[in-house]
Amino acid sequence: MTTSPLSEMTEALIAVRDHRDREAFGRLFDHFGPRLKAMLIRSGQRDGAAEDIVQDVMLVVWNKSAQFDPHRAEAGAWIYRIARNRQIDLIRRRAVPQPDLLAEPPGANPDPAQILALAEETRHLRDALSRLSAEQRQALEQSYLEDLPHSRISQLTGLPVGTIKSRIRLGLERLRHELRDLQS
Amino acid sequence: MTPISHHMTDDILADYADGRLAQAFAVVVAAHISICDECRARVEAADTLGGVLLQDSDGVAMSADRRDRMMAALDQPVHDPIAIGPSGIFPGAVMQALNGNPPRWRMLGGGIRQQILIDDNKGSLRLLYIPPGRAVPEHGHQGIEMTLVLQGSFSDSAGRFGRGDVELAHDDVNHQPIADPGEACICLAATDAPLRFNALIPRLLQPLFRI
Repeated sequence: MTTSPLSEMTEALIAVRDHRDREAFGRLFDHFGPRLKAMLIRSGQRDGAAEDIVQDVMLVVWNKSAQFDPHRAEAGAWIYRIARNRQIDLIRRRAVPQPDLLAEPPGANPDPAQILALAEETRHLRDALSRLSAEQRQALEQSYLEDLPHSRISQLTGLPVGTIKSRIRLGLERLRHELRDLQS
Repeated sequence: MTPISHHMTDDILADYADGRLAQAFAVVVAAHISICDECRARVEAADTLGGVLLQDSDGVAMSADRRDRMMAALDQPVHDPIAIGPSGIFPGAVMQALNGNPPRWRMLGGGIRQQILIDDNKGSLRLLYIPPGRAVPEHGHQGIEMTLVLQGSFSDSAGRFGRGDVELAHDDVNHQPIADPGEACICLAATDAPLRFNALIPRLLQPLFRI
C-alpha cells in the first residue's frame, strides 16, 4: 500500500487523468457508484434510472478527467459537482450556464505543497463534521445530497422553512468555527 | 487591472450551485465566477463539503452487471457538441446566450445601446453599452437587479464598479450609476422583473417623458 497523504480516490483520479488507467477507474466506480446511486435515490430517482445517471456521471469523469485539478479539489468534491450538475440539468431540463475553465491545464505545473494543503484542510473539515450534532449533520446532508428546494424539505419533515434554513446556516457556522479552532 | 471588489453574496452562490437561480441570473453568476477567482474558490470550497458528505455517506449496491456495462461504455466514442467558449470581453456563458455571435446592438438614444438576451416570466438579461458620462438605464421600478461590468466602469453611491465587479440592487436602492470617463462601459444586467417599455428609455430621457 502507498503511504501517500493524498486520498486513494484522488490518486486514482490522477491515474485516470494522466494514464487513462482503467483499473484505477474501476476503483473510483466501486467507491463512488453506490454513493452516487444513494444520493440520486434520496432526491427521488428510481433504482434503474439512478444507475443510468450514475453511469452517465462516471462517463463524464472518464472523459473530462483532463479538467481535474487536485490543487483545487479532491476527487470527491470534483465528482460531487459533476453529479450535482447532472441532477440539476435533469430537473431544469436545460443546462445551467457554467464558468469558463481556468486557462492553465490542471496537470501543467503541479505544486505538491498546495495539493497536500488541500488534503489537510479536507481532513480538518471531516473532523469538524464529525463533531456536529446528529440534527445538524442531517440538515447538511439534506442540503448537499438531496436535490430538494427548501419548500420540499419542509413538506417532508413538517418543519417550517425558516427552521430548515437556520439549521443549515447554524450547521455551516458551527463548521466554520470548528475549522477556525482547528487552524489556530 | 484593478482587483474585483464587489462580489456575489454567499446566498446567491449557494442558489447558483444548487440550480435554484433563474437562467438570467445564472448566466451573470457564471460570467462573474469566470472572471472572479475569489467567488470561484468559495463555490469550490462548498463542493469540498459536498464531496466529504458524499464520501462518508452510505451507498446503495449497484446491480451485478453494471460494472461490466460501465467499463464497456468507456470505449464508446464521445460525441460531445463543441461548447461555445469565451470571446474577447465576453465569458463563455455570455457567448452561449449570444448563440456564439457578437452582440447586435440596438440604439436606445443618447449613444446607449442594448441587446436583450433573455426575456421571459422568470427574468430578463441584457447587454448594455454606455458611453462615458451617460447614466446606466434602469430596468423599471421593481424587483432585484444584478449588473456585472465586462468593460470600462461605472460609479454610483455604492462606489466604483470595474470589470468583474457586480452590483446587486433592490428596488429600494436609490442609485444613479454613471459610466466613468475613458472606455465605454459594457455590462450584463439581469432582473427578475420583465422588461417594460419604459425600461427601454434611458434614464436621461425619463424626466422628459415624466415616467
